[in-house]
Amino acid sequence: MSTVAWARRRRALRQGIAEYRRDREGLVGIVVLGLFVLVACSASLLAEAENLRAITADERDYPRWASPGELGPLGTDSLGRPVWDQLVYGSQVSLLVGVAATLIAIVIGTVVGVVGGFFGGWADAALARLTEWFLVIPFLPLAIVLAAVLGPSLRNIVLVIGITSWPVTARLIRSQVLTIKERLYVERARALGASGAHILGRHVLPSVMPLVIANATLTVPVAILSETALAFLGLGDPTRVSWGSMLEDSFSAGALGREAWWWYLPPGLCVIAVVLSFTLVGRALEGVLDPRLRDVHAVGR
Amino acid sequence: MTAPLLRVRDLRVTYRGERGIVPAVRGVSFELDEGETLGLAGESGCGKSTVANALLRLLPRGTEVSGEVLLDGEDVLAMKPGRLRAVRWTEVAIVFQGALHSLNPVQRIGGQIAEAIELHDREADARARVAELLELVGIPARRAADFPHQLSGGQRQRVLIALALACTPRLLVADEPTTALDVTVQAQVLELLERLQRELGLSMLFITHDLATLSYVCRRTAVMYAGRIVEEGPSEDVFRRAAHPYAAALAAAFPVIGDPSFRKRPAGLSGDPPDPRALPSGCPFHPRCPVAEPECARVEVELWPAGEARRAACVRVLGGRS
Repeated sequence: MSTVAWARRRRALRQGIAEYRRDREGLVGIVVLGLFVLVACSASLLAEAENLRAITADERDYPRWASPGELGPLGTDSLGRPVWDQLVYGSQVSLLVGVAATLIAIVIGTVVGVVGGFFGGWADAALARLTEWFLVIPFLPLAIVLAAVLGPSLRNIVLVIGITSWPVTARLIRSQVLTIKERLYVERARALGASGAHILGRHVLPSVMPLVIANATLTVPVAILSETALAFLGLGDPTRVSWGSMLEDSFSAGALGREAWWWYLPPGLCVIAVVLSFTLVGRALEGVLDPRLRDVHAVGR
Repeated sequence: MTAPLLRVRDLRVTYRGERGIVPAVRGVSFELDEGETLGLAGESGCGKSTVANALLRLLPRGTEVSGEVLLDGEDVLAMKPGRLRAVRWTEVAIVFQGALHSLNPVQRIGGQIAEAIELHDREADARARVAELLELVGIPARRAADFPHQLSGGQRQRVLIALALACTPRLLVADEPTTALDVTVQAQVLELLERLQRELGLSMLFITHDLATLSYVCRRTAVMYAGRIVEEGPSEDVFRRAAHPYAAALAAAFPVIGDPSFRKRPAGLSGDPPDPRALPSGCPFHPRCPVAEPECARVEVELWPAGEARRAACVRVLGGRS
């Protein structure tokens, strides 16, 4: 039985992959994304962590404000740190924060959405108000206050972004649960003598899972942008180089005035590339996992 | 004589919706013995499905239910949640209408039947039982791996019947099981239900608007109008010689094939069923009744003996004028 089941699952997976491959934008997204993940994972091979410090142990002395023509692939910054090494290590922070914060946001959002939607009543009313409350609070001021109160560290950045970006997910999941709950087969399950927990696990959760996954991929770019914004405002982890902190450094050091484009342009482009590729992947996944969108996408192509 | 398997006493169900209070069932009483079949007929909105759902307390939250639903002497309406879940499907199972929507579209039918078995008996060999059930309703056991959309409408309805039998219930409630099917498939499903009822010795409550079907499937029939039973008796008698004008109109609404009088004028009932939120005074049927009398607008009569093993709620029966 289980081997048959696995064969079926493999077949379903193959079908899903075939479906995904028809989405050209999704393919571009996943290739670019794969590239960044590869770079982030092999950062120690591609760059030297030692070069991230202004004063290195062996007192290597790079020229300041060196353009790419003078030194290395991407020149140096105002303190003589090679931009390339910062860029490579910065990808780790961006991806890590993006994924970890999304995980928090998705877990909170799914729990809130499912509990509110499924159980209804006063629990739903309370959770819906909470969701709306988080939704209308302007993100940046709240994140700044939280980051300032909790102190600047990578863990706190993840926490701050995580607990401020779940409301959209919660609302999406809640609405999906509400439609599933009214299906006749859920009523039938109740007639079978199923408990609420059984109906949740057997009928409701499986049908919202694809939505959760697609939504997660679309939350990651938002989280990465948030991290960049916080770091740019000087609320990032001071011990870690991220693309946002590179932008902040270059801005405050006057790189724009000196036209040191090799310093501020690469992190900016990297943020755009990662965010865009996550969005493309998320959209393509949505098309594969949400059957309702399948036809819409097909018509669009 | 032993107590009946199901005894419903003065069941009243009131929905509380956004648009007001809807008394859907207004005092329904009936009994069903072990192995007996009872048909419940009536127009859409007369409360017959509400009665079916009330038997297992499957009504929306906030619905007011009073009266008694005695299953083997135990009141379903007073059961604790755990006991209620245990009784559901093992004692009373429902064949739902709309087979397509009552099955989860993304799960295999075998798994959905096994779900019922596993909910009530963790140790059961669900796979063998599923195969046995499918064969019983005339579907090859290998189709257990199919999804609902891979089956025809008739097959899906058979799956729902197999599902209803999964936990060997004593009472089967068939809620318009043939509504969405072609006439030929309807006949097959009816035959299947009738055969299973006979072979397994099930009690069955069969809900439909089709009196002709009931005279085939059920021994006794109760006709509902505006939340009450207006006539009750042996199916054949109710269909052929209805005592209540509404039951007569309902029976007449089905053409007799070969009878030329039906060709010229399809017999039917003018008007719509009354709005349950604003029922007419007296007998709720009097505005549509072809033989209404002045006093019908004033009094709503109870069910009254109307011949052997028959009861009807009409002043004409009461006065011996029918």
